[in-house]
This record gives sequence, C-alpha cells and structure tokens, in this order.
Amino acid sequence: MISPIWREAARQTLPVLFGYLPLGAAFGIVAIEVGIPWYAAAAMSLIIYAGAGQFLATTLLAAGAGLTEVAVATMMLNSRHIFYGLSLLKRFQGAGWRKPYMIFALTDETYSLLTSQTTYSHALGFRISLLNQLWWISGTLIGIAVGSAQLFNSQGIEFALTALFIVLTLEQAKRLKQALPFIIALVTGLSAVLLLPERHLLLGAIGSASLLLLVHYRYRQRRENHHAV
Amino acid sequence: MLSDPVWQLILVCALATFATRILPFVALSKQADHPLILHLGRYLPPAVMLILVIYALRDFSPLTAGWQLNMGDNGLPLILASLLVAGMHVWRHNALLSIVLGTVAYMVMVQLGWSV
Repeated sequence: MISPIWREAARQTLPVLFGYLPLGAAFGIVAIEVGIPWYAAAAMSLIIYAGAGQFLATTLLAAGAGLTEVAVATMMLNSRHIFYGLSLLKRFQGAGWRKPYMIFALTDETYSLLTSQTTYSHALGFRISLLNQLWWISGTLIGIAVGSAQLFNSQGIEFALTALFIVLTLEQAKRLKQALPFIIALVTGLSAVLLLPERHLLLGAIGSASLLLLVHYRYRQRRENHHAV
Repeated sequence: MLSDPVWQLILVCALATFATRILPFVALSKQADHPLILHLGRYLPPAVMLILVIYALRDFSPLTAGWQLNMGDNGLPLILASLLVAGMHVWRHNALLSIVLGTVAYMVMVQLGWSV
C-alpha cells in the first residue's frame, strides 16, 4: 500500500522520470566509454547529482584535468544554483533534518517542481527531491548496464523535460498574474542565447534576471518612500 | 581510496556542486525575511522557468542549411510539440496529460521522419 503523499510525489515527478532516465542513461554510457569504473559512475550520480556537472566531470577526467581546474569549472557551471537558493531561503525554513538533503538535491528540475507547489509542505517537497534523484540514479544504472545497446527506441523522450518547463511556466503565470518576470526572462533569455557561448548561457540569463529584479526592487522601494513623504 | 585520482576528482566535483547550492543558505540564513529576499522569492522562480524553456529551445531552427523546412529534432517537431504542450495545458489544465501528449508527439515526429 503506497501512502497518498508518496503517490502525489510520484505523480508530480513522473515527467522528470521520463527526462532523467534517458539523460542518466546517457551519462552512464559516456562514463563507461571514457573508462570510469561503473561503481565510480554510480557514485557520481549519488554524491554529485548534477546533470551537466557530471558530463563536465567525465570530460575533465578523460582530459586528466587538475583538481583546482575541476573545482573552478564545476562552480562556474553550477553557480546559477546560488540564485535558486536565494529564492528558496524562506520556503526551506523549518524543513529541519530534511533541509541539508533538499539543498544538496536542488537540480533545475527539482527547483522547478518545488517552487510550483500551490500548497507547499516539507514532507511532500522532500519526497519530490528524493524521487527525482532516484530516477537519476536509476537512469545511470540502466546506462551502465545496457551500454550503447538500445532497449527500445527512446529517441526524443528527453523532450519531457522541455514540456515540464513549459507547463510550469504556464502554472507560474496563472498564479502570479503579472507580466514583469516573464518580460525580464524573455529579454535576458533571448539575449543570452544570441550573445553568450553555450556554457555560460544559463548563468548569464539567470544572473542578469536576478540583477534586473534587484533594480526593480530598488525602484519600487524608492517610489514607495516618495509617496510616503 | 582517497589517493585514487578518480575518487579525488569526484569528491572535488561533489563538494564544488554542493558549495554552489548551500552558499545562499549559509551566507543569508538570517535574512530570510528581508523584503529583497521575499521579492526574489516571488519573482525569480517564474523568470527562471521561462529561461529554462528558452534554454531548452535554444537550438531551434525552422530551416535546414539548404533552405528546406527542418524536420529534424531541432526543427519543426520541437516547436510543434511545444505548442501542443502549451495549447493542451491552457485548454485542459492537466499537467501530466500535456506533457505525455507533447512528448509522444515529439517522439513520433523525430522517429518516423515526419513530412508534410
């Protein structure tokens, strides 16, 4: 008998399952191909748990990169997570023993699901985080076991993550009923696609969106002070 | 085990990743109720969500190098499936239905070599 809260977490993470299985499998296949032992590849999905970060790590491993280089490159690639944390400071308050794990497991997809809850509870949020990593590790193990041999033609299944982001954007728009953050995202997102190299794209867009929101905050505060006088 | 370069690299990578995730919680733990943090908590997630959509669609190109309609995985199937997801979601408000339909449509289009 599966409890309702686990069932709800499974239902919400199902699109992530569709995305993480093939992507995790792709990671497992690449890791084995560059000569990483299978248990080390599995350990990476367990203790690093960052999609692009793990692909970068395999490249650096294969290239024999130094540890400092690895640390700097990984932090550059993942620094958008700093902005994720900023917007979850309040929400994660009171999460207790679950909090360290939920911070550790904060991927793009988990962040998206956690910030899209209408009635947020730590119990559900924690299960969503946990299941997402379980899907990622399962995908990795499938990739390790199956290698490049295909079980079924899954080409295109990773579109599930794109679809998830589209749906969550619409949900956020319905809830917020304000155009501002979407205008900011269009401007920074499209500029980043046009101007920045692939590896700095997300950081550039999310970083400058945060900056614009800071400017907006300052502007609004100044106007309120002005009216108060 | 820790003298093995593979494990050293994995450990450094894990610590660096965790550092970027935990930094704001450590540096700003006392500021959770600051109006600026609340402002970001309200407006940043929707902005990030749309940025992730733009990022996922970044390789879209409607035409191939030879000025033909692009039916590959970064061509029309990508944009048609995205519109299907958005349309279904506005119409039925069923997240899972929109995602499954869109993904199946995309898979069929890229696997069967969809043509007009």
